[in-house]
Amino acid sequence: MTLGSVPPRYKISIDREQCMDCGRCIENCSYGVFRREGDRIITESRKCTACMRCIAMCPRDAINLKENPVDYRSHPVWTREAREDVIRQARSGKIILSGMGNTQNHPIIFDRLLLDACQVTNPSIDPLREPMELRTYIGKKPSRLQFKKTEAGDVELETKLAPNLRLETPIMIGHMSFGAISLNAHLSMAKAVSELGTFMGTGEGGMHRKLYPYQNNLIAQVASGRFGVNVDYLERGAAIEIKIGQGAKPGIGGHLPGEKVSAEVSMTRMIPEGSDAISPAPHHDIYSIEDLVQLVRGLKEATEWKKPVFVKIAAVHNVAAIAAGIARSSADAVVIDGYRGGTGAAPKVFRDHVGIPIEVAIASVDQKLREQGVRNEVSIIASGGIRNSADLAKSIALGADAVYIGTAALIAMGCRVCGNCYRGLCPWGIATQRPDLVSRLNPEEGARQVSNLIKGWTLDLSELMGAAGINSIESMRGNRDRLRGFMLDEGLLEVLDVKTVGA
Amino acid sequence: MCGIIGVIDRTKSRMDGSCIKAALSLMNERGSGDGAGYVAYGIYPDYADCYALHVFFDNMEEPKEKVDEILQKQGTIVHQEEIPTTEQPGLKKVHIPWRYFFKPFKDQIGGSLGSEDDLVKDIVMEVNAGIKGALVFSSGKNMGVFKASGWPEDVANFFRIEEYEGYIWLAHNRYPTNTPGWWGGAHPFNLLDWSVVHNGEITSYGTNKRYVEGYGYKCTLLTDTEVVAYLFDLLGRKHGLSKERIVKALAPPFWDEIDRMPPAEEELNRAIRLTYGSALMNGPFAIVVASTDGIVGFTDRIKLRPLVVGETENRLYISSEEAAIRVIEPGIENIYTPRAGEPIIGRFNE
Repeated sequence: MTLGSVPPRYKISIDREQCMDCGRCIENCSYGVFRREGDRIITESRKCTACMRCIAMCPRDAINLKENPVDYRSHPVWTREAREDVIRQARSGKIILSGMGNTQNHPIIFDRLLLDACQVTNPSIDPLREPMELRTYIGKKPSRLQFKKTEAGDVELETKLAPNLRLETPIMIGHMSFGAISLNAHLSMAKAVSELGTFMGTGEGGMHRKLYPYQNNLIAQVASGRFGVNVDYLERGAAIEIKIGQGAKPGIGGHLPGEKVSAEVSMTRMIPEGSDAISPAPHHDIYSIEDLVQLVRGLKEATEWKKPVFVKIAAVHNVAAIAAGIARSSADAVVIDGYRGGTGAAPKVFRDHVGIPIEVAIASVDQKLREQGVRNEVSIIASGGIRNSADLAKSIALGADAVYIGTAALIAMGCRVCGNCYRGLCPWGIATQRPDLVSRLNPEEGARQVSNLIKGWTLDLSELMGAAGINSIESMRGNRDRLRGFMLDEGLLEVLDVKTVGA
Repeated sequence: MCGIIGVIDRTKSRMDGSCIKAALSLMNERGSGDGAGYVAYGIYPDYADCYALHVFFDNMEEPKEKVDEILQKQGTIVHQEEIPTTEQPGLKKVHIPWRYFFKPFKDQIGGSLGSEDDLVKDIVMEVNAGIKGALVFSSGKNMGVFKASGWPEDVANFFRIEEYEGYIWLAHNRYPTNTPGWWGGAHPFNLLDWSVVHNGEITSYGTNKRYVEGYGYKCTLLTDTEVVAYLFDLLGRKHGLSKERIVKALAPPFWDEIDRMPPAEEELNRAIRLTYGSALMNGPFAIVVASTDGIVGFTDRIKLRPLVVGETENRLYISSEEAAIRVIEPGIENIYTPRAGEPIIGRFNE
């Protein structure tokens, strides 16, 4: 024991004056922070993850949670985190696992972009009185239309449109697999997107049969592990998405621990119960862009060219060129996942250090596709760190067609972003397969909350567009003229193709 | 606030510039004396097969030499001269307006330059983006733009527009907010045969600009109207859409309306919106566009700017104000206001 223990991250205390000794904290905490000893409830702060479940469920506001003050000798380089990571790895000799998104204190570009509004020279549009169009079509569009003359002398449209997904709002829910999250979480989100006329990704864990009623609003993911993939699965989805990479862990695969592979997960993923589900880093049939082209075509053939196929990549340094390559395949949309994207589990070093911000990725992908004249060949779906309607509006103004949200949808179901998803003990019933925990999330209530969130953002977006004198989402898309950069350096302004405030 | 008026004579009888000047001047309240302009079609019958390039030069040395060099490399200058002007007390002559009658070499056409028009378009973009002190502001055949900073009467008298006779005229009286006092910022905006007058502000400019720049157009004139000319050139000339369909792309019906259309019409309108979403123009506008074969006027989809149409047996007028039309046609009977987004098209009789 040469290393000893490190100080607890959080300090939980019970206000004994307030506490009525009901024991709900004990029942609710799946991490075992609370226990009864005699007639007292005892806390063990070291086990706390700050998931806030106990506080949310305490009827008397008797529980206090504090981040434990750092009692290391202060040092600007050897921070608490740096020291504790060394200790953890010295102890284990392994990779440090982490959940949710990047925790680095980098500036958030979204917060340094400001939106525009009309004054005098053009009128703002009131969405309560005038039409406001957010309908978005995701998929391939022709670069121009061709007409032909019929024998009767009429002119008719010759160009045939490729299948597109019709979204009533440009907000979709990204891919979080059944396995990583619970069936009730999946059901909540699936109900919400069906009600709203938008879409949700299945993640790479297949589609549970209870989701079949919502299949017209589901996007079936095909990832490197091919879990749950057969032609029935592909045909159920409204669209198919090939997952190449993920913003939280670009360049590596995934690992669902055997403990999370319950009977239901096992059936849905088509793997033995209790076995680890390993997604390899590359698809073993994709070692080049030509191979990707073949898979896209293969999936299209399997579904008779009736479904759009998306390709999801992590936002890495060369994202623009990669997206341009994807645009030249038969793919209908490219999903770019920024480095703030969430995850159930990722090596900490990847989550915090690999990839680039989504804002920059949208800007450079849109620019590259336009330069090469292939912007209409694919839609751009942006994801990874979209926290609110302002981020949504800015993503679209930078050039995205729509966004995927992930963490925000989880928060709408109760998640408090404690970042311990990989442990399978989520007390909110989201990132867990333990039946008693899963049952805490009521799919009806979850659906209402997720739906409310998307409705709220949609209203915000309508108001922002109306204030900018815009009544159709097409005129917001790529409209970087309506953005200004605040305290962004010249290099970034150039990449974003945005003027500085005041200009 | 700006004032616009356009007229087409369907029999191709030519009108001199006096009427249009009087009509535009009536709308002086819509301007601020910072810009006015005219365009007329059919004014250069002697050079009808040449591109009439109107250029503002800051001086006749370096910019002129560079433009000459570009033109001589790619074609023949059939004739060139200073555009005749008469000094006006209320108008400061800050540029030298010049005109070339230019024919591109046939052997320059090929590859991505599919036509003479493509070559001339590239010359215009090259000069306007690359040569300081030179601005091509008119580049069609048998037509010409005349514009400057000043009140409508002063600009008309300066360019002696009463001496030109055309079968289409557009005119514009400017209240600038973007670039006051700059001659290049006055309307009409032109590229090849397309000329645009515009009242309003295009809130989708950033989107439209990104879209046309992907096709080699360069927005150099610091004002939103320019992009309308390029959109018409791209959709009309390059993609071969009719004027009705261009307007359907630029000011499309709402989805609610499209959803209720009969299947074939629904498919067409959905295809236009999907394909040309980035060309959709938002914000308040009333626009009249002219080309060799006619004019088209339209407003934004919720009609945030006025547009009035007047028709006589042979002429179609489109204007910001009825009163302006009545200056030319006091007894006009058929006068109406079109619906939002509805294209008003004036063509020549067959």
